[in-house]
Amino acid sequence: MRLSFRRPEKFSVYWAEIMREMVSVGIGSLGIIAIISMFIGAATTIQTAFQLISDLIPRSVVGKITRDSNILEFSPTISALVLSGRIGSSIASQIGTMRVTEQIDALEIMGVNAPGYLISPKIISGVTMVPLLVIVSVFLALTGGYIACAVSHDVSVADYIIGVQQDFNPVIVTVCAVKAVTFGFMITSICAYQGFYTSGGALEVGQAATRGVVYSCVMIIFADLVISRLLL
Amino acid sequence: MIEIKDVYKTFGENEVLKGISANFKPGKNNLIIGTSGSGKTTLLKCIVGLHEPSMGEIFYDNENFTTMNFEARVPIRKQIGMLFQNSALFDSMTVEENIIFPLNLFTEMSKSEKLDRANFCLKRVNLTGTNNLFPSELSGGMKKRVGIARAISMQPKYLFVDEPNSGLDPKTAILIDELISEITEEYQTTTVIVTHDMNSVMGIGDHIVFLNNGEKWWEGSNHEIAHTNNKELNEFVFASKFMRAAREKL
Repeated sequence: MRLSFRRPEKFSVYWAEIMREMVSVGIGSLGIIAIISMFIGAATTIQTAFQLISDLIPRSVVGKITRDSNILEFSPTISALVLSGRIGSSIASQIGTMRVTEQIDALEIMGVNAPGYLISPKIISGVTMVPLLVIVSVFLALTGGYIACAVSHDVSVADYIIGVQQDFNPVIVTVCAVKAVTFGFMITSICAYQGFYTSGGALEVGQAATRGVVYSCVMIIFADLVISRLLL
Repeated sequence: MIEIKDVYKTFGENEVLKGISANFKPGKNNLIIGTSGSGKTTLLKCIVGLHEPSMGEIFYDNENFTTMNFEARVPIRKQIGMLFQNSALFDSMTVEENIIFPLNLFTEMSKSEKLDRANFCLKRVNLTGTNNLFPSELSGGMKKRVGIARAISMQPKYLFVDEPNSGLDPKTAILIDELISEITEEYQTTTVIVTHDMNSVMGIGDHIVFLNNGEKWWEGSNHEIAHTNNKELNEFVFASKFMRAAREKL
């Protein structure tokens, strides 16, 4: 980690690499995050409405629960788990392949700080783009809930909108942001580490990618619990 | 000049290098030869700093490379060019980007200067016009030549070559050998080549170090190798009928 954040040989080259990684992580993951968020938002709304059929509970509560559960849990955590599969495996296998094909040795012999050149742009793109993807995910999840209300009529659209705007506590956004940044860091750093210390051949690259995804998923779930306990 | 003094390298219980000492002079093709598993590549990796020797010292023009930290090694590494066994080209970059990569990081050259340098290096290895191809679009011999072009882009003082002829047909292998030899003479580089190709040994071996079971067993030139009485070296060099017949004619 210390080597990854050593002063770059040339900032402009690293900057170009960071931009490339941001596009890969951010734009490249937008599609899958959009699909998952819309469906999770819709499913959350329908299931919450199903569980709260009572004359004593106002229907608008469904909107409130959908909003809070998506901001606090579903958008950051499910997005991170999906991203660990998408970008984590890509990072581990890309760096792992570079290791077994001696491309990392070539960088080191040139005098390039290989961990810095390969890992730091990925970590920077992870901690910046994952929060942005989570923000998009929250809005799309709420939109999914809206569409579910409009189509299923389990809850009226008006009640849903009232619920989404009701009793908003800004601390949940803080929790969501902390989770997103932490998960972004975990996915990129764990998977990059697994890839960087790969040895062997194609089989080991595959194993490194699997290990990277499994370890980052476990760490995401663990960090989710810790952050929730500490901040709520 | 590169000087290695009493270098040992151990991996766990396995002692791969057992006190190797040698001098590699500028403008010469210095060959490290030996059977598979004799420690040739490990020695090369120790010399370039990819492995740290367990004991012993390595000097680049009297500067002790083994005691230097990462930052102190960078100025020496900028003077090193290396051709890897599998070329180790960056597969996400084009041929031109591969050659320009070290120039981007370590020089203040303008874009046009870097392009001129890349074209010069490609012309030097007879690959003019391949600028925009990706490594996956190149043959084995072309990859080696791009590897050489990338290695010479920074005008290195030291050139390291790991198994330059592996996987190549005999004609291409000879072309690669000749290219390395020409570059060594042209740039007066201290060139260290790890090989077990007998054509290379007889063709370009100005100075040869023979390793056997992690120890230096013999040292000399390609002219001396034909007349040596060293049993292990004879068994290695003249293993084939063709080479034995060739020796009789020498």
